[in-house]
Amino acid sequence: MRASRGFWGATAVVATAALLLTACGGGGSKEDKGSGATDANAAVSVYGTEPENSLIPANTNELGGSKALKPVFSALVGYKSDTAEPYNLMAESITTTDSKVFDIKIKKGWKFHDGTEVKAKNFVDAWNYSANGKNGMQNASFFEQIQGYDEISAKEPAVKEMSGLKVVNDYEFQVTLKGPFSVFATKIGYLAFAPLPDKFFADPEAFAKAPIGNGPLKFVSRTPNQNMKLTRYDEYQGEDKVKFKDLEVRIYTSQETAYQDLLSNRLDFMEALPPAAKAGGKYKTDLGDRLVEGKLLGIAALAIPYYVPGYDNLDLRKAIALAIDREQIVKTVMNDTYAAADGYVSRGIEGYRPGVCEFCKFDPVKAKEYWAKSGYTGKLTIASNADGGRKEPLVAACNSIKNALGVECDFVPATDFGQWRSIVNGRKLTGMGRSDWSADYPSIENYLNPRYKSTGSSNDSTYNSPAVDALLKQADQTADKAAAIKLYQQAEDQIAKDLPQIPVWEEKGVGGKSNRLKVAKLDYGRLADYSSIEVAAK
Amino acid sequence: MSQYILRRLLQLIPVFFGTTFLIYALVWAVPGDPFAGKCGQVACPPAYIEMMTAKFNLDDSIFVQYFKYLGNLFTGDWGETFNGVSVGELIGNAYPVTVRLALIAVAIEAIIGLSAGILTGLRGKGFLDNLVLMSTTFLISIPVFVTAIVLQIILGSELGLIEASVSEDATVGELIVPGIALGSLSMAYIARLMRTSIAENRHADYVRTAVAKGQPRSRVVGVHLLRNSVIPVLTFIGTDIGALMGGAIVTEGVFNINGIGGLIFRGIQNREGATVTGVVVLLVMVYLLVSLTVDLLYAVLDPRIRYD
Repeated sequence: MRASRGFWGATAVVATAALLLTACGGGGSKEDKGSGATDANAAVSVYGTEPENSLIPANTNELGGSKALKPVFSALVGYKSDTAEPYNLMAESITTTDSKVFDIKIKKGWKFHDGTEVKAKNFVDAWNYSANGKNGMQNASFFEQIQGYDEISAKEPAVKEMSGLKVVNDYEFQVTLKGPFSVFATKIGYLAFAPLPDKFFADPEAFAKAPIGNGPLKFVSRTPNQNMKLTRYDEYQGEDKVKFKDLEVRIYTSQETAYQDLLSNRLDFMEALPPAAKAGGKYKTDLGDRLVEGKLLGIAALAIPYYVPGYDNLDLRKAIALAIDREQIVKTVMNDTYAAADGYVSRGIEGYRPGVCEFCKFDPVKAKEYWAKSGYTGKLTIASNADGGRKEPLVAACNSIKNALGVECDFVPATDFGQWRSIVNGRKLTGMGRSDWSADYPSIENYLNPRYKSTGSSNDSTYNSPAVDALLKQADQTADKAAAIKLYQQAEDQIAKDLPQIPVWEEKGVGGKSNRLKVAKLDYGRLADYSSIEVAAK
Repeated sequence: MSQYILRRLLQLIPVFFGTTFLIYALVWAVPGDPFAGKCGQVACPPAYIEMMTAKFNLDDSIFVQYFKYLGNLFTGDWGETFNGVSVGELIGNAYPVTVRLALIAVAIEAIIGLSAGILTGLRGKGFLDNLVLMSTTFLISIPVFVTAIVLQIILGSELGLIEASVSEDATVGELIVPGIALGSLSMAYIARLMRTSIAENRHADYVRTAVAKGQPRSRVVGVHLLRNSVIPVLTFIGTDIGALMGGAIVTEGVFNINGIGGLIFRGIQNREGATVTGVVVLLVMVYLLVSLTVDLLYAVLDPRIRYD
């Protein structure tokens, strides 16, 4: 037995040493990197995941594919990385008098990476292809406002073109919508609205293997499950040029490994951090001044479905909303990577007002009053997919409700996101459900229409308010931006009174960069803002 | 002998159909819609779902689907993943890396495990025996992912001796540490097996006879003792090669190696029947061929074994 004791002793020493090393490891890098020049020929690597769909703009709506495709394509409109404010990128001008007919002029002399010029028809053809039901593109519904969408999106469409799209000349085209939609000029910055070169239409499948775009970076190669390589397109004319040469989107199987690579400066950028790094706020000491913070456009809420018996009860909704201690959960469970939400719109969005949701603050006394008034008996549940760190904050929310109201509250897990969405879309919730939203484009409209209009595509709680529908419709039809925002705000006020969903928190967006990078920003859509990245010269 | 080989090869056929059908059915029979979460919070457009359903024959019964899949397979078409990448290409990319990793792991476990087993088996009780006993118990008791992550963090992030992840070339040098992590468990088993086997055979009649005949010790140990003792270990190593090919999921994940393990993991996660079945077909083949080779090697080691 002596030998074994000696052995365990040695193991303990090694383990302790390892723990100490781990503890001291991070945060020690104090290299000077702010001053030097920028290396314009450097290569940059970013954390990536395998794209979920083929690499066609209208078929890409998740992070893995967007990372590679967004810099390859430039849409008509871009969004400033700091403010998410839209500006004309490929568009020379977008004019409308009634928010129904938009006249779009594009800049001359822009080229696709294969050398052909970007013309008006490249937009029109791309949009027609993407909306066509026969082609089964995931983002087809983005074109739903355009006149003729209903005909072309049918299973076997009789038409090949939407009646609302008309090429005027090589550099000008006209879009007619079904009805006025004031946010259209902002919406067309979404990736699905990118132009496609003539080569695409000859062989879409081959194109998806090596996409040709008109953006600041051009596609070089892709090894599935390994990486995607892009390089700077030197003739690019847009203002979001990149200041480095090569980009590698490196695909990792685990965020933890990528994080280890980031810490040892083998990987240059990560837009999200693994749960292990967030635990106890470890990332703050690990990364120090290499921490990258962004303003994501998204909001997390709990949907209270009207179709569940007993839940269609305003006092119950108020009681639940008041019973969740958001500040506390954000601080202790999420380690400051989220902020408490107080309305239905993200903080960064034009039209956001603090404190719109008057019941979205912790007040156990009032919560109990409403609870008594509601007359609800039985237990409450919150359902969600349990993977990816979704579970812990919701369990905490449940506990908070339990303590404040003295009612039983359970977290009901679903195995993965797919199963979870089929429960929600199939209207099979049996209690509250997580209902997070990431905005597709920076507009207050995108927070309200899909979620609270009675026919909205993500109306998880089956909310149906004629007043809200009317206000949203009126806002859509208002050409004047400021006036439209006012109307959207009125709709939000009404929603805050009905509480179909209870806003809980919004993600701040926390990532990290290597010490090779002088500058790197995180954009509103949780992607690296490639145009901001600067590599320090050696 | 040739009859035996033929019989074994014929046995491959039912095993092939059985395993592939089971896997195919298991992957696609999971309840729920495989495209439900594909479009984020928004439900996917019906046109997209219809197109994908038709592409993957999901409207057919599971038997029809399976035979359509097999039909393609025999024409050399492994099918496609949901994101339009050919499964054949994926396997082609991943396979060499995993073979390299598995061979390194086997080499490591065989060299270290065998020598530890032989040394302790010959010496019997003592300090060395206790040391090996303790360290193998230790290795067996910790799961592979712990070994892998500890090695990665200490050797990689802290000491800077290795990189935390393996580059896209996955050279032999880079794969040594992942190989140690992957082979550590089997290394412990091999040491134990070898030790027991040698300790038993050390007192066997034929060894005593060899010693009595006055043969030199190196010949007694090297030829008489080792040759007979290595048979059970060889069986273990044989099946282990198959296990390592598929079981590298954890290690490949930790060190970000683009291999078969990662492929199968992602396939299951995304419910891609084509990928999972394709990889499993290969693994089944490897398993069966390796175990056939091992069986054939028995006769070389012990002439008393016959194949009838």
